[in-house]
Amino acid sequence: MTFILYLINGVSLGGIYAIIALGYTMVYGIAKMLNFAHGDIIMVGAYVCFFAAASFGIPPVIGVLLAACVCAALGVIIEAFAYKPLRQAASLAVLITAIGVSYLLQNAALLLWKSNPRVFTSIVGTGAVRIWGLSITYVTITTILACIAIMICLTVFTGKTKMGKAMRACAEDKNAASLMGINVNVTISLTFAIGSALAAVAGALLCSAYPTLSPTTGSMPGIKAFTAAVFGGIGSVPGAMLGGVLLGIIEIFAKAYISTQLSDAIVFAVLIVVLLVKPAGLLGRQVHEKV
Amino acid sequence: MVLKVENINVYYGAIHAVKDVSFHVDEGEIVTLIGANGAGKSTILKTISGLLRSRGGSIAFMGKNISSAPTNVIVRDGLIQAPEGRAVFLQMTVEENLEMGAFTRPKSGNHARMERVFALFPRLKERRRQPAGTLSGGEQQMLAMGRALMSEPRLFMMDEPSMGLAPILVDQIFEIIGDLNRLGGTILLVEQNARMALSIAARGYVLETGRIIKSAPAADLLEDDDVKKAYLGG
Ligand SMILES: Nc1ncnc2c1ncn2[C@@H]1O[C@H](COP(=O)(O)OP(=O)(O)O)[C@@H](O)[C@H]1O
Ligand SMILES: [Mg+2]
Repeated sequence: MTFILYLINGVSLGGIYAIIALGYTMVYGIAKMLNFAHGDIIMVGAYVCFFAAASFGIPPVIGVLLAACVCAALGVIIEAFAYKPLRQAASLAVLITAIGVSYLLQNAALLLWKSNPRVFTSIVGTGAVRIWGLSITYVTITTILACIAIMICLTVFTGKTKMGKAMRACAEDKNAASLMGINVNVTISLTFAIGSALAAVAGALLCSAYPTLSPTTGSMPGIKAFTAAVFGGIGSVPGAMLGGVLLGIIEIFAKAYISTQLSDAIVFAVLIVVLLVKPAGLLGRQVHEKV
Repeated sequence: MVLKVENINVYYGAIHAVKDVSFHVDEGEIVTLIGANGAGKSTILKTISGLLRSRGGSIAFMGKNISSAPTNVIVRDGLIQAPEGRAVFLQMTVEENLEMGAFTRPKSGNHARMERVFALFPRLKERRRQPAGTLSGGEQQMLAMGRALMSEPRLFMMDEPSMGLAPILVDQIFEIIGDLNRLGGTILLVEQNARMALSIAARGYVLETGRIIKSAPAADLLEDDDVKKAYLGG
């Protein structure tokens, strides 16, 4: 019975990783860059949620929507000012810039919101439901449902809508997409907006499950979600989902059955093994770098 | 006049790839730009499409100056390009590729447009739900052309549509280009296969290391001694 509970908690934690990983993978797919600042967007989203409720008494659902909008705008601004000028630059320059943006966000948060951790109030309350003798928290259920909803929405968006298809076209070949009359810059901005809005949602869910919020809150989940994205196959949307959920399950099982201290080490060890066996990740395609 | 290019100069860093090039395309014509590999043909088409910019000079499409217009606006105005190497979206289905071709057009007309493309290329209809990556080279070229036609262009620029195709497919592709022209299409055709291109074009320009060295009716170029020697194998 506890096994099932661990599994459900693993899926839920993994769901949060998956939502974050979607942002990494979508941005990588279209901009061919690792947006290391993505983890810190989670933190910003969580702070917006926190202050919306604590300072303005805004209901949680509206707070999350607000955080999603703020983060979407932040993602677009970061892309426009930090990454867009480097579109033709070496990927190392872009990577270093992304790390710089990450530190910028963390330090701006330190200045604005101070280093002392805030206690985040769960967006869905702290109750739990009992199903077959198992006590499952509202946060766990909400996270799993949110994850499913996001997956469905993204699948419909990229598979059925004109903009979603344009996004896939840009991810595959920007010049050709441009020659079809697709505005590549707008499409890239939109991708950053969606990824960052998802990060805000993940931030709210994460802090509802683990209620301490500080300027570095986003780093570790960010790195793990990045791991999840690589694990699933960077650039692949289903891969990010699968990678995230698997990573969450591995982490919870490692904590429960092996060692709490070692759980992170185990998570990364699994990543290394997977990449040794399958360098492109579970669902990734072998990339043919175009010149 | 559909397209009027005047004195364009295009550089890649210090490389002067296109030098003082001027030419024009009239309504209903096939005009061909021939030249060896590296002569600057693709660079010219990319510049017209707004992917590269000319230093000075001007490009006018349907009387409107488009030299600094963004690519999406140029496409919306009716100037489309089927690029070199086909560049279809391999991971998207045939149908999705065609939809992308009509990106600047209202979605409501897509069904009718697609049926017209399928009438020209029945093979694409059979394979409409397959990813473009599973098509043969010839089918991909048809898809690249069909995709461009989905925008209902007023000028269709093709960059080496015969590249890498078996002779029988080359004949087929050129036949279709001829058909498009008889249906009233205006075409700017870039080719290394000079003989084929000149055989269906009204006029031709010969490009050598970034410069236009000859322009004449296609029939005359086919008889021209220099052209024969350099581009038609003697
Ligand atoms: N991206 C590029 N960077 C630098 N030089 C280029 C680039 N693309 C083309 N060139 C050079 O510009 C010249 C014209 O190339 P291109 O327009 O592709 O010729 P064509 O299409 O006639 O084969 C060639 O000398 C080529 O080496
Ligand atoms: Mg070329």
